[in-house]
Amino acid sequence: MLELLIVSTLNGVLFGMLLFLMASGLTLIFSMMGVLNFAHASFYMLGAFFGFQISRWVGFWPALVVGPVLVGAIGAVVERFGLRNVHRHGHVPELLFTFGLAFVIEEVVQMIWGKSPVDFRVPEVLDFPAFTIFATNYPAYKLFMLLISIGIFVALFAVLTKTRIGLIVQASLTHPNMVAHLGHNVPLVFMLVFGLGSALAAIAGVIAGPALVTQSNMAALLGPILFVVVVVGGLGSLSGAFVASLLIGLLQTFAVSVNVSLADVFAVFGFTPGPDSMLDDLWRVTVAQIAPILPYLLLVLVLILKPSGLMGTRET
Amino acid sequence: MKTTYVRGLAVAAALSLCSAASAQESIKIGYVDPLSGGGASIGEIGLKTFQFIAELQNAKGGVLGKKIEFVPYDNKLNPQESIVQVQKAIDAGIRIITQGNGSGAAAAITEFVAKYNERNPGKEVIYLNYAAVDPVLTNDKCNYWHFRWDANSEIKMEAITSYMKANASIKKVYLINQDYSFGQSVRADAKKMVSAKRPDVQIVGDELHPLMKITDFAPYIAKIKASGADSVITGNWGQDFALLLKAAADAGLQANWYTFYAGGAGGPTAIKQTGLNHRVFQISEGFANIPHAPAQEFEKALRAKYNVGLFYPRAVNQFGMLFAAMEQTKSADPKKIAAALEGMKFNVFSGGEGFMRKDDHQFFQPMYISSFGERGSGEPLDEEGTGWGWKLVGKIDTGSTMVSTTCKMQRPN
Repeated sequence: MLELLIVSTLNGVLFGMLLFLMASGLTLIFSMMGVLNFAHASFYMLGAFFGFQISRWVGFWPALVVGPVLVGAIGAVVERFGLRNVHRHGHVPELLFTFGLAFVIEEVVQMIWGKSPVDFRVPEVLDFPAFTIFATNYPAYKLFMLLISIGIFVALFAVLTKTRIGLIVQASLTHPNMVAHLGHNVPLVFMLVFGLGSALAAIAGVIAGPALVTQSNMAALLGPILFVVVVVGGLGSLSGAFVASLLIGLLQTFAVSVNVSLADVFAVFGFTPGPDSMLDDLWRVTVAQIAPILPYLLLVLVLILKPSGLMGTRET
Repeated sequence: MKTTYVRGLAVAAALSLCSAASAQESIKIGYVDPLSGGGASIGEIGLKTFQFIAELQNAKGGVLGKKIEFVPYDNKLNPQESIVQVQKAIDAGIRIITQGNGSGAAAAITEFVAKYNERNPGKEVIYLNYAAVDPVLTNDKCNYWHFRWDANSEIKMEAITSYMKANASIKKVYLINQDYSFGQSVRADAKKMVSAKRPDVQIVGDELHPLMKITDFAPYIAKIKASGADSVITGNWGQDFALLLKAAADAGLQANWYTFYAGGAGGPTAIKQTGLNHRVFQISEGFANIPHAPAQEFEKALRAKYNVGLFYPRAVNQFGMLFAAMEQTKSADPKKIAAALEGMKFNVFSGGEGFMRKDDHQFFQPMYISSFGERGSGEPLDEEGTGWGWKLVGKIDTGSTMVSTTCKMQRPN
């Protein structure tokens, strides 16, 4: 039991940190534009494919740097020449623009790399068990993923809260006009934030690519969860995104290991539905089986009980 | 008046030209399977295999003097989408449909084809199922226009559990399956048969997970590990098998695996990573190193041409019988083909004889259990460049694979 607890915690924290890498960019971009960026998970996918391609040519480590830089540049270009023009027409066109962009990126990825998974492998230096707890190996690569995510989280927080650039960015997010009047180039800040957010998602893509599966539907698999994280954490709140990422990572991982069903719960109170009762199937569904929908259940609950999210300041 | 007559003539001429041209061209077979998303790796291998079968046949002059051609339709592993794609194939004039991946999709197609044929007499469509193994397709939901060449999951589980019965070291068994009709039937059969054959064996886990949605099986592996299972039974296929084994390798899980589809794309690579030498077993109607010369030659030729192994020996049987039925009836009309296929006997790809049972359109053939690991002198071929290969560990003759059916076949008049 203790073994399952510790291993699941490790797995959950890892998944949570990976979610945070993406959610942090998404939530920053939201604070800035005021709309959700539907293409955000697509930048994550681009990161994974760029990482795969570049690591084919020059190895994994250069790919870890070059991939996100390229994707960040693409993100900046998208903001400068796409979103900035659409922005004039209001939020709905912006939303539609990012929505369309997600499809474009998916199609382009399919055209270049095909629809089936590509063979993106863990670099050999990291392909060994890092440590063993209760006879379960923890792969070094996962440890590496965890460290990178934590490192980026710390760096991001430090930059945003402790540096002058961070102050300007934060001020631009909430009071763009005032910051512009003080002589700062606010559009440039927006472009950089969008680029940085995309690059963060790309880093998540490069490091998650070998561990998960690099294929053209990976954006679609992760996208919805990302919105759950951002909404649960509170739109625009970085610390909220952090808490929500960990919460959902742990929730999903632990739910898998719980075998309790409604029937079991009621059995405790001495009530057992007959095997022929109409809801028999429903009674016997275990928590493990519904693990994938739990985050969405949480989303609904948060929207009902606290629409601003756990740490958000504005209404969603 | 005259112009309309001329126009009508021209149209008629054009039409007859069209049909004449297409008649000379080819016999088209619609391949409705996932070519994107989680099932794509498996779907693409199937397509390559079938194209290879068509090339071999066409090199021999085709069938009835026409070329065989496979037309791919991507059903995204989705039952709803499958029907859309089958309709598209029918609209394109295709009357032979083949599909295999996903019993959910298969159930939708068989139902659709049955209805379509009822409403469109004279334009019947036949559905050849090479891999969807939910027993229900040849039992309660059986249909005259559906023929299945893969052993259904009940037959496979019967064989696997018989093999497990002899292994006294098995004490704790864990079941992990995909949450849809096929995975659920594997799970139910496994529970029933394990407890019947080995009442002393404990079933320590019974897991259903979403189909083709999981990218990291680490939480599931942690759970298997915590249960103390020494053996795992799984019907997982495609990415769901490869990723499951990949996670097992990462965590260093030591257990025996009894599987239906360990040989699928990515499976052998993942098994090699786990280091489980001859501890992963597969039940199938054939495998690369089967001691049968023609089968091994075919395997080598396929690998040389497309760089994929033969995952579907049954497909060779399926199309062999389809072509035989066409030659026999001198027709590509599904109605005549279906009648000829009923009860047909066939010398199967892996050696021995199989037959298409008339009662439920289930094909019966010798089945084999093989294990994956280091190769001996009898195993010339490895898989996915791992150096490891499949080794024969048990054979079940056609007669011993027979299971009963509840099908009450409705034949068209």
